[in-house]
Amino acid sequence: MKILVCVKQVPDTETKIKIGADKKSIDTSDINWILNPYDEYAVEEAIQIKEEKEGTTVTVISVGPERSVSAIRNAIAMGADEAVLIKTEDIYLDSFTVAKALADVIKDLEYDLIFFGKQAVDDDNLQVGPMVAELLNLPCVSPIADLKLENGSVTVKREIEGGTEVIEASLPAVISADKGLNEPRYPALRGIMMAKRKPIDEKQVDMETAKIEIVQMAYPQSREGGKIVGEGVDAVPELVRLLREEAKVV
Amino acid sequence: MSKPVYVITEQRNGAFRKVSFEVVSEARRLADELGTSVVAILLGSGVSGIGEELGQYGADKVLVADNEIFENYSAEGYTKTILETIKNVDPEIVLLPASILGKDLAPRLAANLAVGLASDCVKLSIESGKLEAQRPMYAGKVIADYHFNSSPQLASLRPNIFPVLEPDSSKKAEVENVSVPVTKSDLKAIVKELLASEGGKIDISEADIIVSGGRGMKGAENFKILEELADLLGGAVGASRSAVDSDWRAHADQVGQTGKTVAPDLYIACGISGAIQHLAGMSSSKCIVAINKDPDAPIFQKADYGIVGDLFDVVPKLTEELKKIVE
Repeated sequence: MKILVCVKQVPDTETKIKIGADKKSIDTSDINWILNPYDEYAVEEAIQIKEEKEGTTVTVISVGPERSVSAIRNAIAMGADEAVLIKTEDIYLDSFTVAKALADVIKDLEYDLIFFGKQAVDDDNLQVGPMVAELLNLPCVSPIADLKLENGSVTVKREIEGGTEVIEASLPAVISADKGLNEPRYPALRGIMMAKRKPIDEKQVDMETAKIEIVQMAYPQSREGGKIVGEGVDAVPELVRLLREEAKVV
Repeated sequence: MSKPVYVITEQRNGAFRKVSFEVVSEARRLADELGTSVVAILLGSGVSGIGEELGQYGADKVLVADNEIFENYSAEGYTKTILETIKNVDPEIVLLPASILGKDLAPRLAANLAVGLASDCVKLSIESGKLEAQRPMYAGKVIADYHFNSSPQLASLRPNIFPVLEPDSSKKAEVENVSVPVTKSDLKAIVKELLASEGGKIDISEADIIVSGGRGMKGAENFKILEELADLLGGAVGASRSAVDSDWRAHADQVGQTGKTVAPDLYIACGISGAIQHLAGMSSSKCIVAINKDPDAPIFQKADYGIVGDLFDVVPKLTEELKKIVE
């Protein structure tokens, strides 16, 4: 089996995000970059399939600037075999542009399954996986919390509001991973050492012009919270009064 | 007259989901500003009868794609049918709910139309005749305004944010049936089964009231007191990341950066200290209550009302007091 996993490098979720001087992008000078947390579930799932099915290879693909290499190496350290970086400038790329670049490279590769994380925790778009599937005319299920491979097909579970869909898709297919799909492993020291030496296939593609752009960024209005009603159970009646009469929410 | 605003609606089991009314209402508002009409589409099986209802919320015309292959959601079927109608409707703007269905469908439409997509928007406005879409990034740590360089302008709307217009039963929409250019054998992915979650639970992304628990809950079994409070108020129970990572609650209930972003009318945080990832996921709630033993917990900075105390005493007392009002 040939599995592709598309990954993105994102700021650590603990990072305090600072808006840059242009007010349209974030200041990247002080950011700790990590492999997108949802992509870890995608990589883990691919590796678990590889451990079960002999002859499976896992290739990691990322679109981004040079620094993305560290996220790719993290995926290799977890157990991926090959890696491709579609190298771009260090600028904000819209989802269609990224999806088009990925589809252009993927169309020349062999694959049975293409994994994504359900969203990158930077722009929170949830777009690139389904877009790549459409551009390659492949079935896609996004996001999933359970996966079973059968001959030539995959059965997955997708959580929707108030229920779960059981979906069967033919292969090749695009699948995007949600939290709960598995427990991503920590790379072993040996994996980390090997990942450092692994060659990364760098590609350049003609990028589309952006279809959508950020014109302004701002911080959300800060709440004027901080009103302590009181201590312990004695404060409860007053809280109930405030919820009814002031906030009018109950 | 400029080109119409086109709305993709969502129904389940033959009834519109509330998000559909939110999106139609917002479409009406934008269409009035642009001086144009609102066209909506309804997809489903045996749903023709409900199409007209959208007129009450401001739709001028409702297209109905009624076909048995739409008994469950079909990403491919919906995509192909909607793309076909877009050729005729020729919209200026296309709006969808950012529900689970909309989040899957919107990027597929965008890819086929080769246009940009603003997902999970919290505010839309018209600037010089063009759509400006506002949406959070980095789980709400930053709010960004987007402009489109492509047409139609495509945006999905975060549930529970946009107000629903008061339904006006004197308003009727024109209903038109449209064909479905797909058959079952064309589909490469099929929903085999739809499993309902226990007790018809409300999803936290759509709940008006959320009672949420964190590390201070100390164990899965203790969430019972939160469930009692949530049931009384007709709300849902949420959880912090540490509660989910401890396997006390399902990931579907997680609020925050690697969970869901929520905006209920009332958010009651119990035993949640307020890590930055959690605050990002709930700070747009209309009213926040925090109950925590630690007076220095960051959650109190965000809360409208705080009680410093042991949640195991305070929460049952709160349920008891609220019961007096509800009953």
